[in-house]
Amino acid sequence: MNRSATTDVAALVEPSLFTTVDGDLSLLGSACATCATVTFPAQASCPRCTGADVAPRALPREGTLWAFTVQRFAPKAPYVASGAAFVPYAVGYVNLGDEVLVESRLVTGDIASLRIGQAVALVVESIAADDGESIKTYAFMPADETNGGRR
Amino acid sequence: MTDVAIVGAGIHPFGRTPGRSGREQGAFAARAALADAGVGWSDIQFAFGGSDSAGNADALVADLGLSGIEFVNVSNGCATGGSALAMAERSIRSGAYDVGIAIGFDKHPPGAFNAEPAQYGLGDWYGETGMMLTTQFFAMKIQRYLHEHDMDPGLLSLIAAKAYRNGALNPNAWRRTPMSVEEIAGSTMVSDPLTKYMFCSPAEGAVALVLCRADIAHRFTTKPVILRSCVLRSRRYGTFEVFSPALAPERTAGPTTDAARAAFEQAGIGPDDVRVAQIQDTESGAELMHMVETGLCAHGEQAGLIIDGQTEIGGRLPINTDGGCLANGEPIGASGLRQVHENVLQLRGTAGPRQVPGDPKVAFTHVYGAPGISACTVMTT
Repeated sequence: MNRSATTDVAALVEPSLFTTVDGDLSLLGSACATCATVTFPAQASCPRCTGADVAPRALPREGTLWAFTVQRFAPKAPYVASGAAFVPYAVGYVNLGDEVLVESRLVTGDIASLRIGQAVALVVESIAADDGESIKTYAFMPADETNGGRR
Repeated sequence: MTDVAIVGAGIHPFGRTPGRSGREQGAFAARAALADAGVGWSDIQFAFGGSDSAGNADALVADLGLSGIEFVNVSNGCATGGSALAMAERSIRSGAYDVGIAIGFDKHPPGAFNAEPAQYGLGDWYGETGMMLTTQFFAMKIQRYLHEHDMDPGLLSLIAAKAYRNGALNPNAWRRTPMSVEEIAGSTMVSDPLTKYMFCSPAEGAVALVLCRADIAHRFTTKPVILRSCVLRSRRYGTFEVFSPALAPERTAGPTTDAARAAFEQAGIGPDDVRVAQIQDTESGAELMHMVETGLCAHGEQAGLIIDGQTEIGGRLPINTDGGCLANGEPIGASGLRQVHENVLQLRGTAGPRQVPGDPKVAFTHVYGAPGISACTVMTT
């Protein structure tokens, strides 16, 4: 599993979700010039004020865990690892600098240790798909497991 | 504007009925509702119907009769039944029609619902990476709620145990075997903190309701139930809804709070007057949170009400007297109408062994659906 936050955007599951800042990967959202509302994924209009003066915005790479759960049964397709490859995984909402809460898979060596409020950082997770390929997507990992996000 | 009465109610048993299509179950419920109102299909002037997995609801006219009426298919997620009823209520209240029907039926395959990302305006990546699951949302919402309000997760098992206890008293329910709190808490963890028996399952079933102008209700029944209000609301910016890749940093009151508030206001009746309530319990955490979102009690009061037995059939605020979604399962098209069907029986005083004592006069329903839709009704005798 590649847990580095530095990677090739074109190789990720949906390149439009990502951008790079100084060579490091970030999630790409959008910010409204009128009311400052931040969305993820990026969109062309503001869901709060309905305005269209919206610009792309690289989201913070670090945040705190706001809520989480564990997916313990295999989701049906289009999930790519429903079959023999299914491994339970955690998902949660991460508060990125009080700008926006982003829903994300969580990568940890110890699911039981996850806690609301803990510091997490952006990583790239590789999901081994049933077809033998794998897809790469964003995830967040407890900051104390990332060695500064550069493992 | 005229008031609206429910004068006929019909149900096809919920659960699994091998060999009988969803549409056939819908026709069964429709005929039962027509018979209950003492009318024929030819007396029905309009219909709103919903089915998620069992074909277009208006296919029913092949069974019931090709009478040329206005028949509208409704599709609004788990709130489909509530939405069909809201449209039917409006069609009468507006004066456009005198007598009509709201119908919902469904027949889902076993296993969790499998929603398509594109149907919710989301990219395929959301499903491919394993986040397109209603179960995850319910789990995260109740986990956050328990955390914010410092509440005991043990309440989740108590709520589910009540549902199965009530389901055992309901001949139309799917799960009719009471289950202990220990069995529920100890069943397979599905999405922490929710276990298998804290979740409802996709199912089959059908409900139909005949509605008419309240001033002609006596032609059909001696016990009309008055639909004082029926309100549908969608999410505003800042609410916490299912299938959301992101949330605002600050919370706004959700569509349930908005719909319930408007329903009570339009009815001129307050939550304190409610003597029986059916509220969305797709999992037991939903019942805990919806008790507050509907205005039936305040944050933190749920624990006392539940532990004291006040939400039981004999309590001060009986909730989900027919076993709710937990004991009935969730056929999407029919689920919201099942709640109203139950309240019709309760207000008529014909709910049998699960009848709320004391001759209840005010009843409330609430249904919630993806991706953030809520419908509430206030009904009286």
